Amino acid sequence: MSARFKALLLILPLVLFLGFFFLWPLWMMISTAVQGGTVRLAFPQTATAIASWDGGGPPPASLQAALIRDLRTDTPQERFGDAVRTLNSQQAGFRTLLPRTARAVREAGETDVVDLAAVDPRWNEQGYWLALKRSMPAYTDANLLAAVDLKRNDEARIEPVEADFAVNRAIMLRTFVIAGQVTLLCAAIGLPFAMLAASVSGWKRNALLIAVLLPLWTSLLVRTAAWLILLQDNGLINQTLRALGLIETPLSLIYNRTGVLIAMTHVLLPLMVLPIYASLIAIPRNLMPAAAALGAAPLQAFRHVLLPLAMPGLLSGSLLVFMVALGYYITPALTGGAGDQMISSVIAFYATGTANWGMAGALGLFLLVPTTVLYILYGRLSRTPLVQT
Amino acid sequence: MSGVTRPGGTAFNAVRLAFAALAVAFLLLPLVAILPLAFTDSVFLVYPISGPSLRWFGALAESQAWTRAIVNSLIIGTGATVVATVVGTLAALGLRRELLPFSGLLRSVFLLPMVVPAVVLGVGMQILYARMGLASSYLGVIIAHAVLCVPFVLVNVASALASIDPALERAAASLGASPVKVFRGVTLPLAMPGILTGAVFAFATSLDEVVITLFVAGPNQTTLARQMFSSLRENISPAIAAAAFIIMILTFALLLAVKGASLFTALRRKQRAEPSEA
Repeated sequence: MSARFKALLLILPLVLFLGFFFLWPLWMMISTAVQGGTVRLAFPQTATAIASWDGGGPPPASLQAALIRDLRTDTPQERFGDAVRTLNSQQAGFRTLLPRTARAVREAGETDVVDLAAVDPRWNEQGYWLALKRSMPAYTDANLLAAVDLKRNDEARIEPVEADFAVNRAIMLRTFVIAGQVTLLCAAIGLPFAMLAASVSGWKRNALLIAVLLPLWTSLLVRTAAWLILLQDNGLINQTLRALGLIETPLSLIYNRTGVLIAMTHVLLPLMVLPIYASLIAIPRNLMPAAAALGAAPLQAFRHVLLPLAMPGLLSGSLLVFMVALGYYITPALTGGAGDQMISSVIAFYATGTANWGMAGALGLFLLVPTTVLYILYGRLSRTPLVQT
Repeated sequence: MSGVTRPGGTAFNAVRLAFAALAVAFLLLPLVAILPLAFTDSVFLVYPISGPSLRWFGALAESQAWTRAIVNSLIIGTGATVVATVVGTLAALGLRRELLPFSGLLRSVFLLPMVVPAVVLGVGMQILYARMGLASSYLGVIIAHAVLCVPFVLVNVASALASIDPALERAAASLGASPVKVFRGVTLPLAMPGILTGAVFAFATSLDEVVITLFVAGPNQTTLARQMFSSLRENISPAIAAAAFIIMILTFALLLAVKGASLFTALRRKQRAEPSEA
C-alpha cells in the first residue's frame, strides 16, 4: 500500500464527516435561500396553470379553477403555512386572504362553482395574482433581495421595500460597526499589552500571559454572566464608583452598547494579544537596545523599529477579532438592548422563531460570505494558528 | 530587557505599571468576582456577601432542569469528544507528511467549523436534521458538537506530531519494528499529550456550546450551557454564579491536568537539553 493511499484513507473519515455534517448543511442553507419551492409545493396545479398566463389582463378562469382545486386538496398545515408566509412577504394581505379563501372553498360543495372575487374582492386585484406568479419559479431571488431590503414589484423590477420593513441593512451595518468598534478597542488595549509582555521576562511575563490565557480558557457563558453581574446598576463597578464619590447615580452599563462593547472586548482581547505577542517574541532581543544605543529616543525606536515589526501580528489579530465578532450571538443577546442586536440574532429569529428558513438562509449567506473572505485573507497573511493552546 | 537601562525614566515606568495593572484587572476581575457570589446566602447577586452559604448549590442539585442539563452535558460532551478525537487524530496522521495534493487547502477546510458563524451552521443543520429525522435527538446534538470540536483535536494532534523527531521512528523501523509496532510503540505515545489536549479542548468546547444547541436540540437535550443561557435571559439569580463556579472548576481541572502534564514533559526535555541553564 503506497504511503499516499494510506494518508488518503486516514483523512477519509474526517472528509466524509465534515462533508456530510458541515459542508452539506451549509449548502442546504444556501439552496433553501434561493429555492422558491414553498409556494410551488403547496399549489402544484396553480403553478402549472400560472405558467401559461403572461401576467397581462385578468387571470383566466382555468387559473382560478386550478387555485380552487389546490385549495381543496388536503395540503399539510405546515406546508400551507410556509407558502402563506412566503406570499405574504411578497404582498402583504395574503396572510388573511388565503386562509379565508381556503375555508370558503372547503365549505362549498365539491361540485359548486366558487367565485373567488365574491369570497374576497382582493382576488380582483392584479397584484395578488402577480405575486403568486412571482413566487412560483423553482428558484427565486426574493429572499436574497429581502435580506438587503429590496423586492421585485409587479413589473418584476427591483425596488426598495417600504421604509417600515427596511431593517436588515441597518442591522448589517450595525453588525459591521460593532465588530469594528470591538476590533479597535482590542487593538488599543492589546497592542501595548503584547508589547509589555514581550519586553519583560520571568514571572512578570508569565503573569501577563496567564492573565490573557485564563479568560480564553473560561467558558464564554461564565464570562458573559460575570459581566452581567459586574455591570448591573448595583454591581461592583457602580458600587465602587459611588463609594469613591465619582458618581451620584449609577451609570447604565448593561443592556446597551456599552455593555456589548465591554463584554465583547473582554472575550476577544486574547485573540488580539496572542498574535501580536507571537510576532514580537520572534524579534531579536538586542534590536531595541541597539536602536537606543544608536541614539533613538524610546518613541522613535517604537515607531521605527517595534511598530513595523508588530504590524503583521496586529493585522492578523485584527482580522481574527473582526471575523469572530461578526458572527457573535450570545454576548450581544445577553448584554445588549434591542438596538444592539447583531445579524446573528435576526437569523436565529427567522430560523427558530418563525421557521422561515429561506430568509434565515439568505441572511446567513450575507454573514457567511464576508467571514469566508476574511478567513482566506487571514490564511494568506498570517502564520499564527487559529487555536492557541 | 536583558539588563539594558531603558531611557525614559520613572514616569514612563509608572505609566507602564498602571497600564499593566488596569489591563490585568480588566482581564481577570470578571472571573474572580463571580466566584465568591456562588456562596452567598442572599437572593441578590451583589457585594458585600451577607453570609456564606451553600444554598445555591443546593438549589441547583434540587432543580430537575439543572441536574438533567448537567447529565446531558456529560453525555453529549463525551460523545462529541470521542467522535471528534477519533476522526481528528486519524486526519492529523494523514496530513502529517503532506503526501496528499492540496494538504494545505485541506487543513484550511478542516479548520472552517471554527470560523463559520455558529448561527449560520445552526440554520443549515436545522434544515438537514429536519429532513434526516435527526432533530431533537442525542445523536444529532453529539454530531453537531463534534463538527465544532474537530478543529481543536486536529490542531493539537498536528502540532504534537510535528514535534516528533522522524529519526526516532526511522531508528525503530531500522531495528526491525513493523510499521504498526512503530506507530504503537513510538508515534502514538509521543503524540499522546497532543491527543489528550485535543480531547480536553473538544470536551470544553462541547460543554460551552450554546448556539448550535439552540438550533438542533429539543427540550430533552438541554445542556448546562443552554440552561445557563436561558436563565441569564430570564432572571439572574445566584444559582447562575453557582453554575458558573461548577463550569469553571470543571474546565480548569481538566485543562490544568493536561497543561500540567505537558509542561512537566517540556520542562524535563528542556532540562535534559540544556543542563547548564537548569
